[in-house]
Amino acid sequence: MKRCEAIETIANVLKGDELVITANGMISREMCAIKDETNNFYMLGSMGLASSIGLGLALSLPKKTIIVIDGDGNILMNMGSLATIGDLAPKNMVHIVLDNESCDSTGGQPTASRTVKLENVAKAAGFEITEKIHDDKALEKRMKHVLSLSGPSFVLVKIERGGKEVPRVPYETETIKTRFKNSIH
Amino acid sequence: MKSVDFCLTLKKHGFNFFIGVPCSILKNIINCLQVDPDVPYVSATREDEAIGIATGAFLGGQKPVVLMQNSGLGNSIGALASLPLLYKIPMLLLISWRGYQGKDAPEHLIMGKNTIKLLKDVGIPTQILSKKKTEKAISTAVNVMEEQQVPVAIVIKREVVS
Repeated sequence: MKRCEAIETIANVLKGDELVITANGMISREMCAIKDETNNFYMLGSMGLASSIGLGLALSLPKKTIIVIDGDGNILMNMGSLATIGDLAPKNMVHIVLDNESCDSTGGQPTASRTVKLENVAKAAGFEITEKIHDDKALEKRMKHVLSLSGPSFVLVKIERGGKEVPRVPYETETIKTRFKNSIH
Repeated sequence: MKSVDFCLTLKKHGFNFFIGVPCSILKNIINCLQVDPDVPYVSATREDEAIGIATGAFLGGQKPVVLMQNSGLGNSIGALASLPLLYKIPMLLLISWRGYQGKDAPEHLIMGKNTIKLLKDVGIPTQILSKKKTEKAISTAVNVMEEQQVPVAIVIKREVVS
């Protein structure tokens, strides 16, 4: 499964009232190109912090579902976040990691996720639900299932390296912030 | 000012979501917040993680405070520059000042010497807390946060808050 296919599948199973945080690099760019919504927060810098932003939102808005679309390089930079999320265990948080075992946005350098089982780390940290998914059909089915359960949930999605030629996120950062905040009811 | 009054003053000014990494200078403030039933206190593993959580809290409608030692400011510069400073996300940073005037354990001396300069260089409005003007410092920080929509720092030396 390609990253853009995984992102499209995830975007299509969402109901539309979730709040979505996308990690910096190609994940934000592809999400913006595939399904740009005001309730997407495109993280452009601050690598590693997508799940932390998600946690702050999940604790602040317990009635909203928070979806974090992260990468393996990203979560490996902030593994402590898995511990903090596991400890506080917000039921309304789904942490998806698109895992191509590399930092693909910076040239495909391999990461430790080629050997480290991130789904086991999440489980040990206390995530209620952990999934490891390899193909697109399973992703659609398991994502629907995960969205029906209480979390925190961790969904590791194994993807191929490489992706679409997509432009940078075209919005000013203040616009990303303002339209995201205004989308919350 | 006592820690308990300091926390009350923060709450009076609308701060309602606290995230921190411990420091001995801030321990009484953190201990007050951790047992306060009215506000959440999230114990972060690193200071940049705390900046991320505070950003999420702000987006979720809260008024967040991050507490950290100045050694952790080093861990946070990249996160501050590319998240709250870039997106204009206001938050209060309470930063302890280890290594003030070079009188401290050796690991604190370089950061101690450069803390105020680092904050200034990345563009974070900064005040140094004095015993007599604690409430004024907090209200000034609130005004600057609201006007400029940026993280604002209050630097706290040992024994300024008891």
